[in-house]
Amino acid sequence: MSQGVGVVGLYVRDQDEAVQFYVDKLGFRIHTDVRNGDYRWLTVQHPEQPSFQLGLFTPQAPLVDAATAQTLREMVAKGAMPPLVLVVDDCRAAWEQMRARGVEFSQEPVARYGSVDASFRDPSGNGWKLIQNR
Amino acid sequence: MSQDPELLRRLLRAKDCMDAASHEEWPVQRLARVSHVSAAHFARSFKQAFGLPPHRYLLTRRIERAKTLLRDTDLPITDIVFQTGWSSMGTFGRVFRDITGESPGELRKREQAASHALDRVPACFLNAAHRPDLTIAVSEKRRQQTDSRIASDEAKHTEEEP
Repeated sequence: MSQGVGVVGLYVRDQDEAVQFYVDKLGFRIHTDVRNGDYRWLTVQHPEQPSFQLGLFTPQAPLVDAATAQTLREMVAKGAMPPLVLVVDDCRAAWEQMRARGVEFSQEPVARYGSVDASFRDPSGNGWKLIQNR
Repeated sequence: MSQDPELLRRLLRAKDCMDAASHEEWPVQRLARVSHVSAAHFARSFKQAFGLPPHRYLLTRRIERAKTLLRDTDLPITDIVFQTGWSSMGTFGRVFRDITGESPGELRKREQAASHALDRVPACFLNAAHRPDLTIAVSEKRRQQTDSRIASDEAKHTEEEP
């Protein structure tokens, strides 16, 4: 029996921009994109990880009140949200490829602790660690 | 007081630059250019966003990096001073002591002793986790053995005594 975490969501500032980033630059694909009025349930998934969906959500009313939504947008933009990790086979190759596509790296690949890691941000400010699989 | 998320995202870029290259010089003008705002606006908004002025943030990163190099490497302190962006040993030493409360040499000595212990954390942790039971068991066993030895000695003595 195989079970586990199905969806984890991120707050992003703009869902169209997020799709462009996660799909066009990182190579994810859209899993679900459903609109209901102003609300849009949007999840993407890694092509090699079909059991997991990454939600790209905007902080918005009525899910959170307007003041909270504003606070969340500020927190995301300040890079204060929890860390995210993307695992790749070859960090330097992935870094070169992603950088060529315009991904904003905040740390170039560094070898340490027996692996290689780099850091990048999504357009909203969410911080990702790009780590080479050991 | 709330801030424009779009501005904050640009301030974060400047903060990322300091994080990535804390050994470099980051005058407010340079950071402000990264964030596409005026120098005065940058300094004010950065402090509001991240709780401390940009130069002090840079200082915390440099001290943090110096502490890491003191702990994890055997590089001469003069090398660490220049690698972490200081132009003089004297300034570094004074600021370091002001912030950490000890000299770089003292911190290195203490941290390297501690990090040596840190290397053994799993073993220490295991030992510590097992010690109470083991200690009780061993001491109990030893006490019982001692008791029985004394008892048997006494018995022997009793037997030999007649």
